[in-house]
Amino acid sequence: MSPTPPAHLHLAVALDGTGWHPASWREPVARPRDLLTAGYWADLIAEAERGLLDFVTLEDGLGPQSSRALAPDERTDQVRGRLDAVLIASRVAPLTRHIGLVPTVVTTHTEPFHISKAIATLDYVSTGRAGVRVRVSARPDEAAHFGRRTIGRIDSFDGPAARELLTELFDEAADHVEVVRRLWDSWEDDAEIRDAATGRFIDRHKLHHIDFEGRFFSVKGPSITPRPPQGQPLVTALAHDTVPYRLVARQADIGYVTPHDAAQARAIVAEIRAEQETAGRSGEPLHVFGDLVVLLDDSEARAAARLDRLDTLAGEPYTSDARIFTGTAARLADLLEELAAGGLTGFRLRPAVAGHDLPRITRELVPELPRRHRFRDAYEAGTLRGLLGLPRPANRYSAAAV
Amino acid sequence: MSKPPKQIHLAAHFPGVNNTTVWSDPAAGSHIEFDSFAHFARTAERARFDFLFLAEGLRLREQGGTLYDLDVVGRPDTFTVLAALAAVTDRLGLTGTINSTFNEPYEVARQFASLDHLSGGRTAWNVVTSWDAFTGENFRRGGFLPQEERYSRAKEFLTTAHELFDSWRGDEILADQATGTFLRDARAGAFVHRGRHFDIHGRFDVPRSPQGRPVVFQAGDSDEGREFAAADADAVFSRYSTLKEGQAFYTDVKSRLARYGRRPDQLLILPAATFVLGDTDQEAAELAHQVRRQQVSGATAIKHLEFVWNRDLSAYDPEGPLPEVDPVVGEEHISRGRAQVRMYRDPLAVAREWRQLAEANKWSIRDLVIHTGNRQSFVGSPATVARTIDDFVQADAADGFILVPHITPGGLDAFADQVVPLLQERGVFRTEYEGTTLRDHLGLAHPDAVTPAGRAAS
Repeated sequence: MSPTPPAHLHLAVALDGTGWHPASWREPVARPRDLLTAGYWADLIAEAERGLLDFVTLEDGLGPQSSRALAPDERTDQVRGRLDAVLIASRVAPLTRHIGLVPTVVTTHTEPFHISKAIATLDYVSTGRAGVRVRVSARPDEAAHFGRRTIGRIDSFDGPAARELLTELFDEAADHVEVVRRLWDSWEDDAEIRDAATGRFIDRHKLHHIDFEGRFFSVKGPSITPRPPQGQPLVTALAHDTVPYRLVARQADIGYVTPHDAAQARAIVAEIRAEQETAGRSGEPLHVFGDLVVLLDDSEARAAARLDRLDTLAGEPYTSDARIFTGTAARLADLLEELAAGGLTGFRLRPAVAGHDLPRITRELVPELPRRHRFRDAYEAGTLRGLLGLPRPANRYSAAAV
Repeated sequence: MSKPPKQIHLAAHFPGVNNTTVWSDPAAGSHIEFDSFAHFARTAERARFDFLFLAEGLRLREQGGTLYDLDVVGRPDTFTVLAALAAVTDRLGLTGTINSTFNEPYEVARQFASLDHLSGGRTAWNVVTSWDAFTGENFRRGGFLPQEERYSRAKEFLTTAHELFDSWRGDEILADQATGTFLRDARAGAFVHRGRHFDIHGRFDVPRSPQGRPVVFQAGDSDEGREFAAADADAVFSRYSTLKEGQAFYTDVKSRLARYGRRPDQLLILPAATFVLGDTDQEAAELAHQVRRQQVSGATAIKHLEFVWNRDLSAYDPEGPLPEVDPVVGEEHISRGRAQVRMYRDPLAVAREWRQLAEANKWSIRDLVIHTGNRQSFVGSPATVARTIDDFVQADAADGFILVPHITPGGLDAFADQVVPLLQERGVFRTEYEGTTLRDHLGLAHPDAVTPAGRAAS
């Protein structure tokens, strides 16, 4: 028996302001004054598309960025202020042709009805390249921006109070995604008939109330927006623990995880696969991507020196949930292969400095991978689902309607 | 010496989900694919229009307990499609209808501020209100408002959004790479709003956008709606496109401005208007009649009669006489999700009047609906239509029009090619954009220029 050749890896880039290092905005390439312009984002995403990446994600939240995970800060030495990620993605969609666009959306305070039609519309304006990265908000200050619920203050992600809150927020997120997905299916693909003989524009039997009733809300449907080109745009989520792994297993097409070595990767993937089975989705495709912060240079020493320099500017060493890689593109390719052996199907790279590390990814890492038969050398599909090898799903309601 | 003529403002309303839009025409394209929106926007920009306008409805209409299937159904998300249109246009204003009942100020403010940044200052917000539980069933906030509270919520929503827009002055971002100071002010975006409908505080996270605040449109016609417009809006999307009604509305709304310390030119009156063009006036009139027949099929006529009768009339022949039975009067209505049915405040009187009209003119149900429904505002040769529009504006029936073509997406092309050049020749419509923002196109001052005292005090 000959071993199957290793599968192609999938590569995404996570965009956040001028980059993931809090001092990234001080680099000469950073363009911090352009962050609120369409041109800045169009340039970065064009660069990612030049590198044949599967997709970009765009960070977002419902309050200013903060150096603290669970509270705002009043720092003036870091980037503060940003634009709505869904609208950035949509603004850039007509300027790109192949790359997937995956903005972040907070499920905790938003209406699933609005989110569903926004992502469906992103799928229309990008002709099938939309996804969404869902996240919860455990910040009391963000809850106060809406004034519709109180979220108790927790000081860390550990302990019983934190666990209770996060379980609730993630359960709500699962319901939110369920509603979003049902609304995408609430129109069958052939619902629009334009039947001149009877004067009917739609076959109303092919539109469906979703009648969702859950613990947190109920939503009637159908959507005001017809089923998007991909049928179901991609749903993705970042996860670090059992509760969010369960959300990934129940509702996502891609989970982003943060193993620091292959053994951790293997353990996380096993946990997600087990949860997937519990959720009754064991046969369904579910990608698990590893997240890495990357600083790429011509030599390991240079990359490490650059991290030092950024840390000095920031006044403290950079820490992250994800492993921080400093080195050459070839060494990063080695690491990706090593981690992939733990069961990861792709990676979401977080450039420490967008203006520096993104071009290094597209111009150095990406050419390295096809040489190893681990990445595409041209876009092979017209939709994001196509790039990820995910079939266009059948409509849950057309099966039921027969 | 006579004073120079008023300059006309023109906008393009993407064809909507009602029977004005003729989807059965061979020229009718997709109402949902982005190419249709892009085509429509590019035509409007080629014609140097002020802006494109998108309507919104948050629940699909039902009649007699089932989805209404005779008109176009389905629309994109307003914000998302406008952001994409900003990529295929450079100057055209982008006006979106966003409901103040089923949204929250923080989220809407960050969406409009983001859109204003991403379009280089070209956004406007048509603030609408709802109160119906029917639409509320699609939302987690559910519920609905007592009717008398919808403007109170809308006003407070708008005030709150303005507080959020104004929480950044515009000079906070220093981004000094050498010294490491990104923000001049650690409290940039801080806000507190304590009101009856909203009790929120914190930090707004979108720095001040090119227009400061989006241009604000108001579309309601009630006395409260007119007062809201006079107090808070930059433009009114009105329904009065005839000369007499237009003048009456124009005079009424503009006269309310002084009460709020505003000048007449600080609020534009822009009625919705439909049009049919022909090589001659007679050809246009014939075309207009054909379009009306396309818009009102027999099935559509019966459904429209049900708006007034509020009962199932499916057994009636649209080519036959009007029903002898009287309308059902009551709170429950056969048609749901449609604002139009509220126009018939006394259905019994409307029914009496329509029976008399039909009898006198020997009209069938379909004839009656064709004649009493919305006829096209401007019908004629390009020269006639250009002259009429100019006359209406100079006679203070409007400051311009929001044109609603009946074909998606090409229905604006002939107007752009044939009527706009004539208006330009008359010297009443721009031949090039003079500014870059929608406020520039509409001749509206930047909010910082309007309320310097208020801003300094905050």
